[in-house]
Amino acid sequence: MANPTKIRASAANGVTEVRALMQHEMENGRRKDEAGKLIPAWHITEFKVQHNGKTVLEGQFGTAVSKNPYLVFRFRGGKVGDKVALSWVDNRGDKSTDEVEIS
Amino acid sequence: MCEYDRNMIDPSRRKALKAGGGLGLLGIFTVLGLVPGAAWAKANQAAFEAKSLGEAFEALGVIVPEDSTLIQLTVPEIAENGAVVPVTVNSLLARTEQISILADKNPTMLAANFLIPEGTEGFVTTRIKMAQTSSVVVLVKAGGKFYRASQEVKVTAGGC
Repeated sequence: MANPTKIRASAANGVTEVRALMQHEMENGRRKDEAGKLIPAWHITEFKVQHNGKTVLEGQFGTAVSKNPYLVFRFRGGKVGDKVALSWVDNRGDKSTDEVEIS
Repeated sequence: MCEYDRNMIDPSRRKALKAGGGLGLLGIFTVLGLVPGAAWAKANQAAFEAKSLGEAFEALGVIVPEDSTLIQLTVPEIAENGAVVPVTVNSLLARTEQISILADKNPTMLAANFLIPEGTEGFVTTRIKMAQTSSVVVLVKAGGKFYRASQEVKVTAGGC
């Protein structure tokens, strides 16, 4: 099971800033292990952020996103107590969804 | 640790890439809004496999991106660790719909692709890996047109 994504969402002046740290190895498939064998690619391919069920950002990652992908973005609206949820899917089909309340 | 050997590419992958040409066209259709959302991710697979700027642009359905000073790209001048290069994009273009982050000399150029719905600002920060010193290129789609901005990052230790 994937480790939970750390999410922080804070609203100020009608704009909500979301900071998220997804927990993922993001192997690019070009590194070799100690035995010289290629480590297969393993990375998040898609993610989506929703505010009270409405998508506020979605995107796709390639192999060139750093380990434990970090993300900051802002959307208009959002009040203290509203829910912000981030979900992702990786190339092995693993899924993760985590939710926080806006503070 | 991080060497990238061209001979390492296995032929089946090459073939898959060639077949991917069709996906590039699909990508263009996606931009035109002819393909429903579900097909979008598949269509962009070719873009993530692209080995050159031209290929990546084509797969993303880009015709000719214009340089724009309304895109603020913040990257470090020198990155000591290529595995973690912070990138911030702030697009002041009206109705920014999509932001793509590419690294010029990475084995696969497209690092991340963001779709910006109405109500979300054209602003995104993330961290990418860079194999060597090269330009970070940002593509922004706003109002149906593509714009670009780029800046060089000197990488002292490549990260893969």
